[in-house]
Amino acid sequence: MAKLTFVGGIHPYDGKELSKDKPIQDILPKGELVYPLSQHIGAPAKAIVAKGDRVLAGQKIAESGGFVSAPVYASVSGTVKAIEPRRVVTGDLIMSIVVENDGLYEDVGFYPSAPLEKLSREEIIDIIREAGIVGMGGAGFPTHVKLSPKEPEEIDYCIANCAECEPYLTSDYRRMLEEPEKLIGGLKIILKLFDNARGILAVEDNKPDCISLLRQLTKDEPRISVKALKTKYPQGGERQLIYATTGRKINSTMLPADVGCVVNNVDTVVAIYRAVTEGRPLIERIVTVTGDAVANPRNFRVKIGMSYQEILDEAGGFKTTPEKIICGGPMMGFGMFDLNVPTTKTSTALLGLSKDDVSAMEPGPCINCGRCVEVCPGRVIPSRLADYAEHFDEEAFVANHGMECCECGCCSFICPAKRPLTQEIKSMRKIQLAKRKK
Amino acid sequence: MSELFKVSSNPHIRSKVTTNGIMLAVIIALMPATGFGIYNFGPRALAVIMVTIGSTVLTEFLFGLYRKKMTITDLSAVVTGLLLALNLPVTIPLWMAALGGVFAILVVKMLFGGLGQNFMNPALAARCFLLISFPTAMTAFECDAYTGATPLAALKAGEQVNVMDMVIGRTAGTIGETSVIALIIGACILILLGIIDLRIPGSYIVTFVLFVGLFGGRGFDPAYISAQLAGGGLMLGAFFMATDYVTRPITVKGQYLFGIFLGIMTGIFRLFGPGAEGVSYAIILGNLLVPLIERITKPTAFGYEKGGRHHEK
Repeated sequence: MAKLTFVGGIHPYDGKELSKDKPIQDILPKGELVYPLSQHIGAPAKAIVAKGDRVLAGQKIAESGGFVSAPVYASVSGTVKAIEPRRVVTGDLIMSIVVENDGLYEDVGFYPSAPLEKLSREEIIDIIREAGIVGMGGAGFPTHVKLSPKEPEEIDYCIANCAECEPYLTSDYRRMLEEPEKLIGGLKIILKLFDNARGILAVEDNKPDCISLLRQLTKDEPRISVKALKTKYPQGGERQLIYATTGRKINSTMLPADVGCVVNNVDTVVAIYRAVTEGRPLIERIVTVTGDAVANPRNFRVKIGMSYQEILDEAGGFKTTPEKIICGGPMMGFGMFDLNVPTTKTSTALLGLSKDDVSAMEPGPCINCGRCVEVCPGRVIPSRLADYAEHFDEEAFVANHGMECCECGCCSFICPAKRPLTQEIKSMRKIQLAKRKK
Repeated sequence: MSELFKVSSNPHIRSKVTTNGIMLAVIIALMPATGFGIYNFGPRALAVIMVTIGSTVLTEFLFGLYRKKMTITDLSAVVTGLLLALNLPVTIPLWMAALGGVFAILVVKMLFGGLGQNFMNPALAARCFLLISFPTAMTAFECDAYTGATPLAALKAGEQVNVMDMVIGRTAGTIGETSVIALIIGACILILLGIIDLRIPGSYIVTFVLFVGLFGGRGFDPAYISAQLAGGGLMLGAFFMATDYVTRPITVKGQYLFGIFLGIMTGIFRLFGPGAEGVSYAIILGNLLVPLIERITKPTAFGYEKGGRHHEK
């Protein structure tokens, strides 16, 4: 049963008014484009071009490195300048293909392989895998893997994650308003893969215009419904979304398919639509450039691989010196130390904040107020887990469900003592996950 | 680019609520009771309040100098000093009040690691320390306006009490505990600001009413029950002491359990103990049980209810 919300969560300042009324604007890159071979969870892709090769927009330049992997496509035409390690937003050096843009934007020509009605389940999944589509909400999990559960007939809900609960982000909002038919079309393609499933467009109720538009457009679709979820961060978290829309619960050891659900983000669903009906691989995405330090906050359709610096320039640069620049939203995004890094398939936003709350507030001792417990959607005790992590008490950390943390950041946000709870827990989780892999 | 930007782990935004803000809110919420205490008991009440706050803040300041870590700016010492004063009779010698402040901060709080590390409410522990050390001075509730006996003592002796006077606070007692109205106004401020909720005070008071009704020997006689509710330190204890973050359970279920325990213990102390009052002892006893209560009320992580892979259709 749908509860339309979840227990815990926070209501931070959402900052969406800065960019929500700015229509999606196409922008073209000027300089080189950088395509990291690992823009997804799983094995890195393998380069299939060499230095000096001429490539066209939409040409595959790296092939999938395994089942859980995704190919990479060139987003412009030009010459391969180098294949070398490049810095990405997280600060890591990742092997990347660098293409010098020739400014001609010649493409390979995009044609659908066959009309949708004639495609089989396997063919559709093949197209999605070949198009290099991964979860574009930020996680980057290859979409074809998500769409291939062991028992497809057991799936009864296909959920399009239209919550966009991260503060400041408006790319999904603009997508829903401007291209709702592609979103609905994409969801219909996913439903074709799961005969027993119903489709849900799950939108937070701070976007009433999207809700009424999508309801209007789906009124004759018996298999699709629009659910208006209560606005609260992290409503778009996979576990929270599944609970709010279906009343089912999964923990960190389970997949959505274990409770009959498949969840995909708005941009991913649109990418599926374009891959299947237009034959276009994933070479573009919508990126919100916003924050109180940005001159003209905007929503851009960018060629993946373009540098953040160029996107920022398109938005007029900074009007004040930002203290903090974030790739993604303020709750789960990465702090960036340099803007000369490429956008990838999972780049949702570039956020420039004139004030950095984190460095402005000195952490103090825990006063045991319990606010972190109230807001934790994982229903654990963040303050205690952070203590275990700090003292490196691995046993207590795991026994007290430390691995259930989804790193949403609510505890750090709410903490009156300004303790970096999420960070402590996250570090310990990383260590534990690495140990499991061994 | 030569210049690098600031980075940190997510999240990058923080709420406006701070430890200082919470402490300030508690101080403001205690103002009605403080003001009424001064009005009711006269300027000496103000002197007691100034002495306890002075002694708690000075103790923390000196300890901070010694440990080279200054913590008085978080205002928690002020809260402790104020709460201690509100729990003392107005006639207490000032040096005893000062000693209470030193005990609260030095022994109960700082020696255990400072803010957040004490396992007992410092103000209440200091009150109990003074009560045991100087029983006569601590129970001398004489003042010009009223007879010596507190309403609870009178009630226990089988006398009639005026509940209306108790609600307003025109009775004998400690400086801050007498006026139910002033305390409720303060509690409403804390609840509206989201500093406390009704879990502990609610379960505490409901349990106490049931206990007194069942075992008090007068049944659920409204006059008796309301006298028990309005008398002594129950309102001050339930809303301002039992809800102390540091010394109450952090788990939601644990908070209800804690309130129930306090209700039963207060009832036992009041009905069957030698004195008429029992709130302070009940709360510090409850404080000691917090680790146990937390252990048995460990929350179930999301998705682990009813055997994990449960799937409701």
